[in-house]
Amino acid sequence: MNPERLGAMVRKEFVQMKRDPATLRLMLAVPVMQLLIFGYAIRTDVRHLPTVVFDQSRTRQSREFVERLTATDNFVVRRQVHSYAEAVDEVDAGHARAAIVLPPDYARSLKRGRTAAVQVLVDASDPTASQNAIAAAQLVGQRLNVAIVGARSGLDPASPPVDVRVRPLYNPALRSAVFIVPGIIGMILSNILIIITALSLVRERETGTLEQLIVTPLAKWEIMVGKIAPYVLVGYVQMTTVLLVGHYVFAVPLRGPLLALYGASFLFIVANLGLGLFISTLGRNQAQVTQVAFLFLLPNVLLSGFMFPREAMPAVARAFGLFLPLTYYLEVIRGIVLRGNGLMQVWPQTLALAGFALAFFLFATRRFSKTLE
Amino acid sequence: MNDGRVVVETRDLVKRFGDLVAVDHVSLSIRAGEIFGILGPNGSGKTTTIRMLCGLMRPTDGVALVAGADVARQPERVKSRIGYMSQSFGLYRDLTVDENLAFYGGVYGLGAGLAPRIEWAKRSMRLAELGGRLSGVLSGGQKQRLALACAMLHAPDVVFLDEPTAGVDPAARRLFWSIIRERSAEGVTMIVTTHYMDEAERFDRLAFLSRGRLVAEGSPAEVRGSFGGTRSLEDIFVALQEQNH
Repeated sequence: MNPERLGAMVRKEFVQMKRDPATLRLMLAVPVMQLLIFGYAIRTDVRHLPTVVFDQSRTRQSREFVERLTATDNFVVRRQVHSYAEAVDEVDAGHARAAIVLPPDYARSLKRGRTAAVQVLVDASDPTASQNAIAAAQLVGQRLNVAIVGARSGLDPASPPVDVRVRPLYNPALRSAVFIVPGIIGMILSNILIIITALSLVRERETGTLEQLIVTPLAKWEIMVGKIAPYVLVGYVQMTTVLLVGHYVFAVPLRGPLLALYGASFLFIVANLGLGLFISTLGRNQAQVTQVAFLFLLPNVLLSGFMFPREAMPAVARAFGLFLPLTYYLEVIRGIVLRGNGLMQVWPQTLALAGFALAFFLFATRRFSKTLE
Repeated sequence: MNDGRVVVETRDLVKRFGDLVAVDHVSLSIRAGEIFGILGPNGSGKTTTIRMLCGLMRPTDGVALVAGADVARQPERVKSRIGYMSQSFGLYRDLTVDENLAFYGGVYGLGAGLAPRIEWAKRSMRLAELGGRLSGVLSGGQKQRLALACAMLHAPDVVFLDEPTAGVDPAARRLFWSIIRERSAEGVTMIVTTHYMDEAERFDRLAFLSRGRLVAEGSPAEVRGSFGGTRSLEDIFVALQEQNH
C-alpha cells in the first residue's frame, strides 16, 4: 500500500466532486425532497373513507349506530341513499368507499331481543386502505353487543370480565411517518450511492481517462477506494440531513445511541458503494450500467422490508431479501432510532453489513481489469 | 544520446481479436534515446502494438520486453517505468493543469520531488502560464503538451505516444516535435505512432505496419531504399494502403 498514491486518487475525486456543484446540490436536495414526498404521501393508516348510508329504519337507534361508526374517524358520511342498489352503485362508481346498510326492522329487532343484521360494504380492492375501516366496523359491533348483553344480564359495563388493554410501544400514536422515515434513509442512501458510483467508474471509461489511469502503477483497490471515499462523506451528509428533517418535520424520535447508528451506517454506505462499483464493471457504458443498476433498485425497495413487511412475503421473496444490504440496515436503523437499541441488540445485522461491504468491494476489485480488454 | 542499448524488444508479437489478427508476428528492436516511429494506415495494428507494449493488452503470442520487464508477465512493473499518452485526451478536463500534474505525480509517488518536477514539466512543455487553467478549455496543442507532461513527470525510460499530433494545427505540431526532440536528447526513448507521412522524416528509425505485419524497418532512408528508393514514403504509404483494398 502506498499512501501517496491513494492520497492522490482520493484528492482528485474530491476536487472533481467540488467542480460539479450542480450534481452535489442534487445529491443533497433529492433525499430531502424524497423524504418530504414520501413522508407526507405514504400513509398506511388510512382513515376517512367516504361513505353512503342506506338507513331503512330511520330511528334514533339506527342514527346512533351510524354515529358510532363515524366517531371512529374511519367513515365520513357523504350522503343518504334510497335503495340498496344505489348504495352498491355509489361504491362501484368509486364515489364512496363504504356503504352502511341498516334494515327496516333494526330498532324493532333490538327492542325485542332479536338479532339486528347490519351490513357494512367496504371497497377492499386496496387491502391496506380498507383494513382499518373493517376493523373499526367490527369493533363498533362488538362494543355495542357487550353494552346490550351487559345491560340485559345486569353486568356493570365499566368492569367487564376480561379487559384487554393494548399498549402500542415505540410508536404509540401509530403514525406511519415514524416507521417510514428511518426506512427512507436506508432506501435513499442505497439507491443514490449505487447509481453514483456505478456511473462514476464507467464514465471514466467512456471519456478515455480510465485508459490513462490504468497505465499508471495505481493498484486496483487504490482506484476503488479513491472512487468511493468522497461518497462515504456524501452518504453521511445525506443521512444526517434526512435524519434531522425526519426528526424536526415528522417528529421521528431518535432514541438509540447515534454513534452506533453512524458506525453501522458506515458499513452500509461502503456496501452500497462497493455494489455500485461492482455494477460498473458489468457494463461498458453509462446506459448499460444504468440498466443493471435498476435491476437492483426495485427489489431493494420491494423486498427489503422498506415497503412491505418481510414477514408477509412468500419464502422465495424473503430469501431474496436476505441478499440485500438494505434488509439488514432497515432492522438496524429502525432498532436504534425507534426502539432505542444499541449495537448489542443489532450486532448480527451489523455483522452482515460488514460482510456485504467486504464482499462487494472484493468482487468489484476482482472484476475490475487494469487492461483494455 | 543513442547508446545502443535495446530498451524495447518484441519477438513474433501477435494479437488476435477473435478471427482478426490485429498484430501478426511483429519483431522490433528499439534502442535507448531513439525517436522511433510506428507508421501505417488506420487498422494496421499501430495502436494495438503500443497498447501491448504498455501492458494495457495481453499479447496472444510472442514476447515483448520493455525496460527489462516482460509485458505479459510483469505488466505492473512495465507500467512504473514507462509514460503513455493515449490517442484521445485522457486527462481530467474538470481539473486544472496543476491539479492534473499533481495527481499524476502523486500516483507515481514522486513525494518531495513533486513540486520541482511539476515546475520542470511546465517549463519544458511550454505550459508555464497555464497552471490554474482547467484542462478542458486548453487548445489542442496545449492539451497534447499537458498529456506529455503528465506522462513524463516520473522520468520514465520510455514514452509511448499514440497519434499525438492528430487534429493539432501545424504550428503546435512543430512545437511538439521540437519538445520530443529535446526529451530524446535527454536520453528518453520516444515511441510515436502516426499516419502523417510528412512526419516520417523526423524519426531516427521507423517501422512500417500494414495489416498487422511489419513490412519495413530502419531509418527513413533505409525504408525508402527497401521499396526501391525512388518513391517518397508518402507514395509507399499510399501504395500499401491500396494493396489492402
